[in-house]
Amino acid sequence: MSVDPIVRVVEVRKVFGLVPVLDGVSLDIRGGEAVALLGANGAGKTTLLKILATLLRPTRGTATIAGHDVARAPEAVRPLLGVVAHGAWVYDDLTARENLRFWSTLGGLHTGADELTAALAGVGLERAADVRVRTFSAGMKRRLSLARVMLARPRVLLLDEPFAGLDQRAKKWLEERLEALKAGGAALLMVTHSFGRELGVADRLSILAGGRIALDTPRGSLGPDDIQRLYAVHAEEAS
Amino acid sequence: MSYARRALAIAWKDLAVERRSKETLNALVFFSLLLLFVFQFTLGGDRERLAAVLPGVLWLGFVLSALLALGRTFLVEREHDCWEGLLLAPGDKSAIYLGKLVGNLALMLLVEALVLGLFVVFFDIDLGRALPGLLVVVLLGTLGLAAVGTLFAAMTANIRARELLFPVLLLPVQVPVLLATVKATEGLLQGEPLGAVAHWVKLLVAADTIYVVVSLLTFDVVLEG
Amino acid sequence: MVKTLGWLAGAGLLVGLIMAFGVAPREVTQGNVQRIMYVHVPLILASYVAFGVLAIASVVYLVRRHPAADRVAHASGEVGVLFVGLGIATGSIWGKPTWGTWWTWDARLTSVGILFVMYLGYLLLRGTIDDPERAARYCAVLGIVAALDIPLVHFSVYWWRTLHQPPSLMKPGGFTGSTSILWPLLINLLAFVLLYAYFVARRVRLLRAEAEVTA
Repeated sequence: MSVDPIVRVVEVRKVFGLVPVLDGVSLDIRGGEAVALLGANGAGKTTLLKILATLLRPTRGTATIAGHDVARAPEAVRPLLGVVAHGAWVYDDLTARENLRFWSTLGGLHTGADELTAALAGVGLERAADVRVRTFSAGMKRRLSLARVMLARPRVLLLDEPFAGLDQRAKKWLEERLEALKAGGAALLMVTHSFGRELGVADRLSILAGGRIALDTPRGSLGPDDIQRLYAVHAEEAS
Repeated sequence: MSYARRALAIAWKDLAVERRSKETLNALVFFSLLLLFVFQFTLGGDRERLAAVLPGVLWLGFVLSALLALGRTFLVEREHDCWEGLLLAPGDKSAIYLGKLVGNLALMLLVEALVLGLFVVFFDIDLGRALPGLLVVVLLGTLGLAAVGTLFAAMTANIRARELLFPVLLLPVQVPVLLATVKATEGLLQGEPLGAVAHWVKLLVAADTIYVVVSLLTFDVVLEG
Repeated sequence: MVKTLGWLAGAGLLVGLIMAFGVAPREVTQGNVQRIMYVHVPLILASYVAFGVLAIASVVYLVRRHPAADRVAHASGEVGVLFVGLGIATGSIWGKPTWGTWWTWDARLTSVGILFVMYLGYLLLRGTIDDPERAARYCAVLGIVAALDIPLVHFSVYWWRTLHQPPSLMKPGGFTGSTSILWPLLINLLAFVLLYAYFVARRVRLLRAEAEVTA
């Protein structure tokens, strides 16, 4: 684990019209560290994710990734990112394999056919590899997105509800991949509103409520029930 | 070279999606047939009048089809949230422009060939010696339309009044291309050799060069977010 | 500074208009209506200045991303469109008694008409994009494309038609009118360019205030 945080969020405010969704959020994520950001729907988790993904600009405050300001130097930040947000980034008329190959090539990678097949197998899509994505369920599309992101081996991973809709096998695969990325020095931000076992990957827990970070603590040995209790307490305090 | 690979990936993707879904192609073919009928009803009877307005009518058909095709060029990205994927793609974004341009050109030339074919058949036009020169003019004119059209399509892709703003922005800028192609086509169909309309051809070459170079240089800026 | 600009522009206009309507000679065939030329031509030429500044400011913005450059481009676009619109209107007023029609599709009018629509589109683009940073970027790109298109429009339309009197100030051989027409014309041109600068300065100030309020 490196010393300096790769991801630094400093007093970020984001206002939509007159509504402040983020009201002074500060957060650090180090290389090799995974942070789980908990919050209710509408709390601003996705907004923060999008700001870090250079898809939105903060109204005030700064966010930097590897020293580059996400608002001023988005092109320096983008090659470092792996993003799985609500949009699945899939072309319905291409097959799963073709989708992976397209995004991989666009990302400047030279992914061999075997690696593509392995990635599809990892997310359990090996039998649907040459089927057009049009027929996929939302969960399958989500799994394809995860496969896409894992191929790129990004330095910073921004995930919105990564474990949602996955079966046990896929969850195990995802945990393993995330741990491997962490071991390789990547910084992970997982945004979620669930408290399940999947938070096992997280090293730290953050709670976003009232537009601010209400709690930021090492996960340590906290179990799902503890987390749920903590959340209830702090989310209530903030609102 | 990574740049070429990425551009080809985009072009391949667009053509593959179009070949399988045929959405834009169907719209364009249907639209071309519609144009044919409308022109026949309004102009068909009088052969002399038809010959006089043919170059303008032909290019009107081409331009309207171009608006349809180019306006839809980022539709598939918008519909499936792939736009973010393009924004976050690392490296020189002008590769995306080039790929889109190639895809758009292929589609537009295909439809123009169809429209031209329909015109020749249904209006009994003899292209004869004019054909080679005509092909040059059509190629240059289509490149001009597609070059700026692809750039403006990216700019208007996520804007509120997209369907209105795209033609409003594109058409005035494309007047030189329109004038040059119609005038050159007119000359060629009247039997003049390509050399006689050389100044129009030179204008088209100049315009195409300017449009492609500027678009390549500024596409990165448009795809910043 | 802005105030002096305003006063200068006002003074220039006053002198120019006096010269145009008082001092300049009455045109033999067209009569007094020809005096509109002293307003029509400077308006059009001043709008070219506006669009030139717009193009330069757009390039500067893309390179340095300074909001001031964007504000100058924005203001220039507005004043430019205003001047072209007025230029077309005065041209029509001049044309009706002179040629018997409000509009002809000759080279100069057509070119200017296309310019008007192009830059109107520029303003429309600004109006449709809510995010100010994206608006600045996209309009800068459009401004550059439009500026590079102007010579293409000019040549294509000119080759297509030539009915209008040959451009008296920009013909290769130099000005052929007499000096008694030239001086009022030049003074009015200077006055309108000063007026353009004054309007832009005021508008930029307003835009900056707006930006500070919403930040």
